Amino acid sequence: MVEARIHVTLKKSVLDPQGDTVKSGLASLGFSGVEDCRIGKFMVLKLQESDPQKARAQVDEMCRKLLANPVIEEYVFEISEVAG
Amino acid sequence: MKIGILVFPGTWSHQDFEHVCRDVVGIDCGLIWHKDTSVAGYDCLILPGGFAHGDYLRCGGIARFSPVMEAVVAFARSGGPVLGSCNGFQILCEAGLLPGALLRNTSLQYRCRWVHIRTESVSTPFTRAMRPGQVLKVPISHGEGRYYVPPQELAALEAQQQIIFRYATPDGQVTPEANPNGALDNIAGVCNAGRNVVGLMPHPERASEALLGSTDGRLFFTSVLESLAAATR
Repeated sequence: MVEARIHVTLKKSVLDPQGDTVKSGLASLGFSGVEDCRIGKFMVLKLQESDPQKARAQVDEMCRKLLANPVIEEYVFEISEVAG
Repeated sequence: MKIGILVFPGTWSHQDFEHVCRDVVGIDCGLIWHKDTSVAGYDCLILPGGFAHGDYLRCGGIARFSPVMEAVVAFARSGGPVLGSCNGFQILCEAGLLPGALLRNTSLQYRCRWVHIRTESVSTPFTRAMRPGQVLKVPISHGEGRYYVPPQELAALEAQQQIIFRYATPDGQVTPEANPNGALDNIAGVCNAGRNVVGLMPHPERASEALLGSTDGRLFFTSVLESLAAATR
Protein backbone atom coordinates (compact mmCIF):
# COMPACT_ATOMS: atom_id res chain seq x y z
CA MET A 1 0.00 0.00 0.00
CA VAL A 2 1.06 3.56 -0.50
CA GLU A 3 0.02 6.65 1.35
CA ALA A 4 -0.50 9.99 -0.37
CA ARG A 5 -0.24 13.18 1.67
CA ILE A 6 -1.87 16.01 -0.24
CA HIS A 7 -1.75 19.74 0.45
CA VAL A 8 -4.23 22.04 -1.28
CA THR A 9 -3.81 25.80 -0.92
CA LEU A 10 -5.22 28.89 -2.61
CA LYS A 11 -3.10 30.16 -5.50
CA LYS A 12 -0.74 33.01 -4.71
CA SER A 13 -2.88 35.35 -6.84
CA VAL A 14 -5.99 34.60 -4.74
CA LEU A 15 -6.62 36.57 -1.54
CA ASP A 16 -6.62 34.32 1.55
CA PRO A 17 -8.40 36.25 4.33
CA GLN A 18 -8.03 33.31 6.76
CA GLY A 19 -4.28 33.28 6.25
CA ASP A 20 -4.09 37.05 6.68
CA THR A 21 -6.10 36.85 9.90
CA VAL A 22 -3.84 34.14 11.33
CA LYS A 23 -0.80 36.17 10.31
CA SER A 24 -2.05 39.21 12.20
CA GLY A 25 -2.86 36.92 15.17
CA LEU A 26 0.74 35.73 15.15
CA ALA A 27 1.94 39.34 14.92
CA SER A 28 -0.09 40.33 17.97
CA LEU A 29 1.50 37.40 19.83
CA GLY A 30 4.88 38.94 19.09
CA PHE A 31 5.88 36.83 16.08
CA SER A 32 6.56 39.85 13.94
CA GLY A 33 8.74 38.11 11.36
CA VAL A 34 5.94 36.17 9.63
CA GLU A 35 6.11 37.24 6.01
CA ASP A 36 3.07 35.36 4.77
CA CYS A 37 0.52 32.81 5.99
CA ARG A 38 -1.65 30.62 3.77
CA ILE A 39 -4.34 28.28 5.06
CA GLY A 40 -5.11 25.13 3.13
CA LYS A 41 -6.36 21.58 3.34
CA PHE A 42 -4.38 18.49 4.18
CA MET A 43 -5.60 15.10 3.02
CA VAL A 44 -4.14 11.65 3.62
CA LEU A 45 -5.16 8.83 1.28
CA LYS A 46 -4.26 5.17 1.55
CA LEU A 47 -4.17 3.46 -1.82
CA GLN A 48 -4.22 -0.24 -2.66
CA GLU A 49 -1.79 0.50 -5.48
CA SER A 50 1.68 -0.80 -4.71
CA ASP A 51 3.54 0.85 -7.58
CA PRO A 52 4.46 4.40 -6.43
CA GLN A 53 4.68 5.57 -10.04
CA LYS A 54 1.11 4.50 -10.80
CA ALA A 55 -0.08 5.86 -7.46
CA ARG A 56 1.46 9.22 -8.32
CA ALA A 57 -0.43 9.37 -11.63
CA GLN A 58 -3.68 8.38 -9.89
CA VAL A 59 -3.36 10.99 -7.16
CA ASP A 60 -2.50 13.68 -9.68
CA GLU A 61 -5.69 12.89 -11.57
CA MET A 62 -7.71 12.92 -8.33
CA CYS A 63 -6.33 16.36 -7.51
CA ARG A 64 -7.11 17.74 -10.94
CA LYS A 65 -10.62 16.30 -11.06
CA LEU A 66 -11.88 16.75 -7.52
CA LEU A 67 -9.51 17.44 -4.63
CA ALA A 68 -8.43 20.86 -5.89
CA ASN A 69 -10.23 23.45 -8.02
CA PRO A 70 -7.70 24.61 -10.63
CA VAL A 71 -9.40 28.01 -10.94
CA ILE A 72 -8.43 29.01 -7.39
CA GLU A 73 -6.23 26.32 -5.87
CA GLU A 74 -2.89 24.59 -6.30
CA TYR A 75 -1.74 21.30 -4.83
CA VAL A 76 1.36 19.33 -3.92
CA PHE A 77 1.58 15.77 -2.65
CA GLU A 78 4.06 13.18 -1.57
CA ILE A 79 3.77 9.43 -1.89
CA SER A 80 5.26 6.97 0.56
CA GLU A 81 5.06 3.21 1.02
CA VAL A 82 3.26 2.09 4.16
CA ALA A 83 2.44 -1.25 5.76
CA GLY A 84 -1.07 -2.48 4.89
CA MET B 1 -44.02 24.80 -19.83
CA LYS B 2 -42.45 23.24 -16.77
CA ILE B 3 -39.57 24.22 -14.49
CA GLY B 4 -37.43 21.54 -12.85
CA ILE B 5 -35.99 22.37 -9.43
CA LEU B 6 -32.99 20.29 -8.44
CA VAL B 7 -32.71 18.87 -4.94
CA PHE B 8 -29.41 17.60 -3.54
CA PRO B 9 -28.99 16.30 0.00
CA GLY B 10 -28.60 19.57 1.90
CA THR B 11 -30.44 21.82 -0.56
CA TRP B 12 -32.68 24.19 1.40
CA SER B 13 -34.29 26.67 -1.04
CA HIS B 14 -36.17 24.24 -3.29
CA GLN B 15 -39.50 24.67 -1.49
CA ASP B 16 -39.24 28.45 -1.74
CA PHE B 17 -38.62 28.17 -5.49
CA GLU B 18 -41.49 25.70 -5.81
CA HIS B 19 -43.79 28.05 -3.89
CA VAL B 20 -42.91 31.08 -6.02
CA CYS B 21 -43.20 29.15 -9.29
CA ARG B 22 -46.52 27.53 -8.42
CA ASP B 23 -48.29 29.95 -6.08
CA VAL B 24 -46.89 33.38 -6.94
CA VAL B 25 -46.07 33.35 -10.65
CA GLY B 26 -48.21 30.37 -11.71
CA ILE B 27 -45.66 28.21 -13.54
CA ASP B 28 -45.85 24.42 -13.46
CA CYS B 29 -42.82 22.93 -11.73
CA GLY B 30 -41.44 19.74 -10.26
CA LEU B 31 -38.64 18.68 -7.95
CA ILE B 32 -35.79 16.58 -9.37
CA TRP B 33 -33.81 14.43 -6.92
CA HIS B 34 -30.06 14.43 -7.44
CA LYS B 35 -30.04 10.66 -8.08
CA ASP B 36 -32.37 11.00 -11.06
CA THR B 37 -30.57 10.65 -14.36
CA SER B 38 -33.00 12.46 -16.63
CA VAL B 39 -34.41 15.97 -16.85
CA ALA B 40 -36.74 15.10 -19.73
CA GLY B 41 -40.00 17.04 -19.78
CA TYR B 42 -38.55 20.20 -18.25
CA ASP B 43 -38.07 23.46 -20.15
CA CYS B 44 -35.94 25.22 -17.56
CA LEU B 45 -33.80 24.02 -14.64
CA ILE B 46 -33.14 25.75 -11.33
CA LEU B 47 -30.34 24.85 -8.91
CA PRO B 48 -31.42 26.34 -5.57
CA GLY B 49 -29.37 27.39 -2.56
CA GLY B 50 -28.39 25.28 0.42
CA PHE B 51 -25.45 23.14 1.37
CA ALA B 52 -25.42 20.32 -1.17
CA HIS B 53 -23.57 17.30 0.25
CA GLY B 54 -22.72 19.41 3.29
CA ASP B 55 -20.46 21.63 1.17
CA TYR B 56 -17.71 19.17 2.09
CA LEU B 57 -14.35 19.68 0.37
CA ARG B 58 -15.59 22.79 -1.48
CA CYS B 59 -19.06 24.32 -1.95
CA GLY B 60 -20.61 22.46 -4.87
CA GLY B 61 -17.50 20.30 -5.30
CA ILE B 62 -19.25 16.99 -4.61
CA ALA B 63 -22.68 17.97 -5.98
CA ARG B 64 -21.08 18.36 -9.35
CA PHE B 65 -20.68 14.56 -9.46
CA SER B 66 -24.28 13.76 -8.45
CA PRO B 67 -25.90 11.43 -11.02
CA VAL B 68 -28.33 14.11 -12.27
CA MET B 69 -25.54 16.49 -13.24
CA GLU B 70 -24.74 14.66 -16.46
CA ALA B 71 -28.28 15.40 -17.67
CA VAL B 72 -28.03 18.98 -16.40
CA VAL B 73 -24.80 19.52 -18.33
CA ALA B 74 -26.35 18.05 -21.50
CA PHE B 75 -29.46 20.26 -21.04
CA ALA B 76 -27.27 23.36 -20.62
CA ARG B 77 -25.04 22.46 -23.56
CA SER B 78 -28.10 22.12 -25.79
CA GLY B 79 -29.11 25.68 -24.90
CA GLY B 80 -31.73 25.02 -22.19
CA PRO B 81 -32.12 27.81 -19.63
CA VAL B 82 -30.44 27.00 -16.30
CA LEU B 83 -30.45 29.25 -13.22
CA GLY B 84 -28.25 28.71 -10.17
CA SER B 85 -28.80 30.72 -7.02
CA CYS B 86 -26.36 30.76 -4.09
CA ASN B 87 -25.19 27.14 -3.64
CA GLY B 88 -26.63 26.44 -7.09
CA PHE B 89 -24.28 29.10 -8.51
CA GLN B 90 -21.37 27.42 -6.75
CA ILE B 91 -22.36 24.04 -8.21
CA LEU B 92 -22.60 25.46 -11.75
CA CYS B 93 -19.10 26.95 -11.39
CA GLU B 94 -17.69 23.66 -10.07
CA ALA B 95 -19.37 21.81 -12.93
CA GLY B 96 -17.66 24.09 -15.43
CA LEU B 97 -20.97 25.42 -16.77
CA LEU B 98 -20.08 28.90 -15.51
CA PRO B 99 -16.67 30.57 -15.36
CA GLY B 100 -14.87 31.32 -12.08
CA ALA B 101 -15.26 30.15 -8.49
CA LEU B 102 -16.76 31.32 -5.20
CA LEU B 103 -14.43 31.84 -2.25
CA ARG B 104 -14.82 32.48 1.47
CA ASN B 105 -16.19 35.99 2.13
CA THR B 106 -13.38 38.46 2.81
CA SER B 107 -15.01 39.25 6.17
CA LEU B 108 -14.77 35.53 7.06
CA GLN B 109 -18.37 35.93 8.26
CA TYR B 110 -21.59 34.43 7.00
CA ARG B 111 -23.64 37.27 5.52
CA CYS B 112 -27.41 37.08 5.72
CA ARG B 113 -29.01 40.36 4.73
CA TRP B 114 -30.62 42.43 1.99
CA VAL B 115 -28.40 43.73 -0.79
CA HIS B 116 -28.94 45.68 -3.99
CA ILE B 117 -27.70 44.40 -7.31
CA ARG B 118 -27.50 46.29 -10.59
CA THR B 119 -28.59 44.52 -13.76
CA GLU B 120 -25.63 44.68 -16.13
CA SER B 121 -27.13 42.69 -18.99
CA VAL B 122 -30.75 41.91 -19.89
CA SER B 123 -29.82 39.55 -22.69
CA THR B 124 -30.29 36.26 -20.82
CA PRO B 125 -33.47 34.19 -20.38
CA PHE B 126 -33.57 35.18 -16.69
CA THR B 127 -33.09 38.95 -17.05
CA ARG B 128 -34.99 39.89 -20.20
CA ALA B 129 -37.92 41.37 -18.25
CA MET B 130 -35.56 43.73 -16.39
CA ARG B 131 -34.41 47.15 -17.53
CA PRO B 132 -30.69 47.61 -18.26
CA GLY B 133 -29.17 49.09 -15.10
CA GLN B 134 -32.24 48.22 -13.01
CA VAL B 135 -31.40 47.90 -9.32
CA LEU B 136 -32.98 44.90 -7.58
CA LYS B 137 -33.43 44.46 -3.85
CA VAL B 138 -32.71 40.82 -3.00
CA PRO B 139 -31.32 38.95 0.01
CA ILE B 140 -28.04 37.09 0.29
CA SER B 141 -27.27 34.29 2.71
CA HIS B 142 -23.81 32.81 2.31
CA GLY B 143 -20.33 32.36 3.72
CA GLU B 144 -18.61 31.66 0.40
CA GLY B 145 -19.77 34.24 -2.10
CA ARG B 146 -16.59 36.03 -3.11
CA TYR B 147 -16.59 35.67 -6.86
CA TYR B 148 -13.19 35.18 -8.46
CA VAL B 149 -11.87 34.66 -11.97
CA PRO B 150 -8.26 35.00 -13.10
CA PRO B 151 -7.56 38.54 -14.48
CA GLN B 152 -7.36 37.51 -18.15
CA GLU B 153 -10.72 35.73 -17.88
CA LEU B 154 -12.29 38.76 -16.21
CA ALA B 155 -11.39 40.87 -19.23
CA ALA B 156 -13.04 38.30 -21.50
CA LEU B 157 -16.19 38.24 -19.33
CA GLU B 158 -16.38 42.03 -19.51
CA ALA B 159 -15.85 42.06 -23.26
CA GLN B 160 -18.58 39.47 -23.85
CA GLN B 161 -20.97 41.08 -21.34
CA GLN B 162 -21.12 37.92 -19.26
CA ILE B 163 -21.25 39.87 -16.00
CA ILE B 164 -24.97 39.99 -15.30
CA PHE B 165 -25.21 41.55 -11.83
CA ARG B 166 -23.02 43.75 -9.64
CA TYR B 167 -23.53 44.61 -5.98
CA ALA B 168 -24.48 48.29 -5.83
CA THR B 169 -26.01 50.96 -3.65
CA PRO B 170 -29.81 51.40 -3.79
CA ASP B 171 -29.30 54.11 -6.43
CA GLY B 172 -27.09 51.87 -8.57
CA GLN B 173 -23.57 53.00 -7.64
CA VAL B 174 -21.02 50.16 -7.66
CA THR B 175 -18.97 50.91 -4.55
CA PRO B 176 -16.72 48.84 -2.26
CA GLU B 177 -19.20 49.47 0.59
CA ALA B 178 -21.99 47.86 -1.41
CA ASN B 179 -19.94 44.68 -1.84
CA PRO B 180 -20.97 42.22 0.90
CA ASN B 181 -18.35 39.52 0.32
CA GLY B 182 -15.30 40.97 -1.40
CA ALA B 183 -16.33 39.71 -4.85
CA LEU B 184 -14.02 40.70 -7.67
CA ASP B 185 -15.36 43.87 -9.35
CA ASN B 186 -18.53 43.62 -7.18
CA ILE B 187 -19.68 40.67 -9.31
CA ALA B 188 -22.90 39.11 -7.97
CA GLY B 189 -23.84 37.06 -11.02
CA VAL B 190 -22.51 35.87 -14.38
CA CYS B 191 -23.63 33.88 -17.41
CA ASN B 192 -21.90 31.40 -19.72
CA ALA B 193 -20.74 32.22 -23.24
CA GLY B 194 -24.01 30.85 -24.64
CA ARG B 195 -25.95 33.15 -22.22
CA ASN B 196 -28.44 30.38 -21.29
CA VAL B 197 -26.81 29.52 -17.95
CA VAL B 198 -26.99 32.21 -15.26
CA GLY B 199 -25.70 32.07 -11.69
CA LEU B 200 -25.95 34.58 -8.86
CA MET B 201 -25.33 34.56 -5.12
CA PRO B 202 -28.57 36.35 -4.07
CA HIS B 203 -31.93 34.60 -3.62
CA PRO B 204 -34.64 35.82 -6.05
CA GLU B 205 -37.10 33.30 -4.59
CA ARG B 206 -36.95 35.04 -1.21
CA ALA B 207 -37.77 38.42 -2.78
CA SER B 208 -40.89 37.63 -4.77
CA GLU B 209 -43.66 38.74 -2.40
CA ALA B 210 -44.34 42.18 -0.90
CA LEU B 211 -44.87 40.54 2.49
CA LEU B 212 -41.21 39.46 2.44
CA GLY B 213 -39.89 42.93 1.63
CA SER B 214 -39.36 42.89 -2.13
CA THR B 215 -40.99 41.64 -5.31
CA ASP B 216 -37.94 42.24 -7.52
CA GLY B 217 -37.10 38.52 -7.55
CA ARG B 218 -40.26 37.81 -9.53
CA LEU B 219 -38.58 39.33 -12.58
CA PHE B 220 -36.40 36.22 -12.88
CA PHE B 221 -39.51 34.07 -13.19
CA THR B 222 -41.39 36.38 -15.55
CA SER B 223 -38.23 36.66 -17.66
CA VAL B 224 -37.93 32.94 -18.15
CA LEU B 225 -41.67 32.64 -18.85
CA GLU B 226 -41.34 35.29 -21.56
CA SER B 227 -38.30 33.67 -23.03
CA LEU B 228 -39.84 30.18 -23.11
CA ALA B 229 -42.99 31.60 -24.68
CA ALA B 230 -40.91 33.38 -27.29
CA ALA B 231 -39.00 30.16 -28.01
CA THR B 232 -42.17 28.15 -28.65
CA ARG B 233 -43.75 30.77 -30.88
